[in-house]
Amino acid sequence: MSVGSIWVFVEASDGTITNTSLELLTKARDLADTVEAVSVSASDVAAAAGAHGATTVHQVDGTDGKLVGPAVASAIADAVAAGGGPDAILIATSYDGRDVAGRLSVKLDASVITNVVDVVEVDGALAGIVPIFGGSTNVTTKFTNDKPDIFLIRPKSFAAEESGGGPAAVASLAVPDLGATGSAVVTNRFVEEQTGPSLDDADIVVSGGRGLGESANYDLVEQLAKQLGAAPGASRAIVDAGWVPYSYQVGQTGKVVKPNVYIAAGISGATQHLVGMKGSKTIIAINKDPEAPIFSVADLGIVGDVHKVLPKLIEALQNR
Amino acid sequence: MNVVVCVKQIPDPADPGALDPETKTLVRTGKLILDEADSYGVEMALQLVDAAGGGEVTLVSMAPNEEQGGLRTALAMGAAKAVLVSDDALKGSDALTTAKVLAKAIARTGEPDLVLTATESSDGYTGTVPEQIAELLSLPSVTFAKSIAVEGSTANVQRQTEAGYDDVQVPLPAVVSVTAGVVEPRYPSFKGIMAAKSKPLDAVTVADLGFDSAQVGWNGAGQEIIEVSEAEAREAGTIVEDDGEGFQKVVDYLAELKVI
Repeated sequence: MSVGSIWVFVEASDGTITNTSLELLTKARDLADTVEAVSVSASDVAAAAGAHGATTVHQVDGTDGKLVGPAVASAIADAVAAGGGPDAILIATSYDGRDVAGRLSVKLDASVITNVVDVVEVDGALAGIVPIFGGSTNVTTKFTNDKPDIFLIRPKSFAAEESGGGPAAVASLAVPDLGATGSAVVTNRFVEEQTGPSLDDADIVVSGGRGLGESANYDLVEQLAKQLGAAPGASRAIVDAGWVPYSYQVGQTGKVVKPNVYIAAGISGATQHLVGMKGSKTIIAINKDPEAPIFSVADLGIVGDVHKVLPKLIEALQNR
Repeated sequence: MNVVVCVKQIPDPADPGALDPETKTLVRTGKLILDEADSYGVEMALQLVDAAGGGEVTLVSMAPNEEQGGLRTALAMGAAKAVLVSDDALKGSDALTTAKVLAKAIARTGEPDLVLTATESSDGYTGTVPEQIAELLSLPSVTFAKSIAVEGSTANVQRQTEAGYDDVQVPLPAVVSVTAGVVEPRYPSFKGIMAAKSKPLDAVTVADLGFDSAQVGWNGAGQEIIEVSEAEAREAGTIVEDDGEGFQKVVDYLAELKVI
């Protein structure tokens, strides 16, 4: 083992531990003698975290109705200062994860390696593998100080596997006075209605982009998704244009997806997008520009107009 | 109401540059432009100052070679003035050092009511700088804002979440990162472009901000690249021209994959 102890910031959604948290715990087991978790809802996650290798879940209290970043970062930093902290901290690239990593970085005066897709051992220390230029090049980056390593890791970088361990013990991690930094309060939570499979779990994803021409044509993507039992997704261009909500976005700033089949309709394949979907098992692209970068990752590419190809495709699937 | 917007000037994304094999940093050639991701924060700031009926928007940027093309674009949109930190000693800075420099530059502008940033830059995309700035300034923060409304000394922010969004209330001063696409950035008018040329630009070095050059750039970075390698490329696929029957190729392929 290259390090003694790794802590993983473990998140829950609707009372259930997130898949990304399980992925990070599984990876941490490969790298460290001891894996422990930090959570704002330890009782929700202790069983699953334990089953994936965590011996302890450190509960951070006082975040109800608050943004969690300042409290979690301060609690971890205090543990490090008191000598009971980890050698490395793995955090998912999620909304709250990025908040935690940024705050913690300042508290520890430690650099963060971001956009990590793998953590490896190099000369007895941990290093992060980070894809750049749309994933065509990988850089391996190591820390140059003796601070705890902070890695911000992309979802779906590892497969989650159970360790066979029992529930993790729950311990309490003290939160110091946060002053003004802890003063943001959540007054309401809105959940966008979603029908069909989610982008995270779908076996097939159908995404649309600017090539659809106008907002109303996104309906073609939804119809095709419905026929295939797929999750509908989108490129950043049409999310920025307001055609579909941000939660549909696949790419660097949106969701990372790795479905069995990914269908890109009217998407040129900007770096921003490729990063979020090129790990798909098979990729089908439909785009009228033969030079579009999306074809460089496609297993099947149709050089054609989505307005012509999609309606016929939907009809053919309906008739099967 | 005074708003500071942190903006990054980046190489045109259409020409992303390359890694220098020696130093393993991004080689930037050509002029820098305003990161599109920052144009939303600039627009948001201008709207908030308008709504407040007074105050001004100040830009803060860190860039090599005193590049100011991107700043002039944002000044032409309506920002009042800018602080530009430019220093050879900053080469190789990591995100934490960048945040330290920006935090000092923000403090130099006085005591703003609100600091806006993008959620991440379009070239480095670490996405940690907004929160690092907030921590360095001991301010509360809300990341991934879809909308911001200011009432007295409180900002009401809609923050994106995995499931939808949260309404978040934060007392000012605060740092808020603005998601791309949530407002329509205005195009600079001709008058705005002309006016921008004479707007005040405070060009400073790291020493002006109280840093020792050993604390920033390569010397201050807490990480280094030790290897660069080609990623495993996907095998080339079959690309066909749609002759009216292209849809059938897709159907056949889906059948072959046994998903239909």
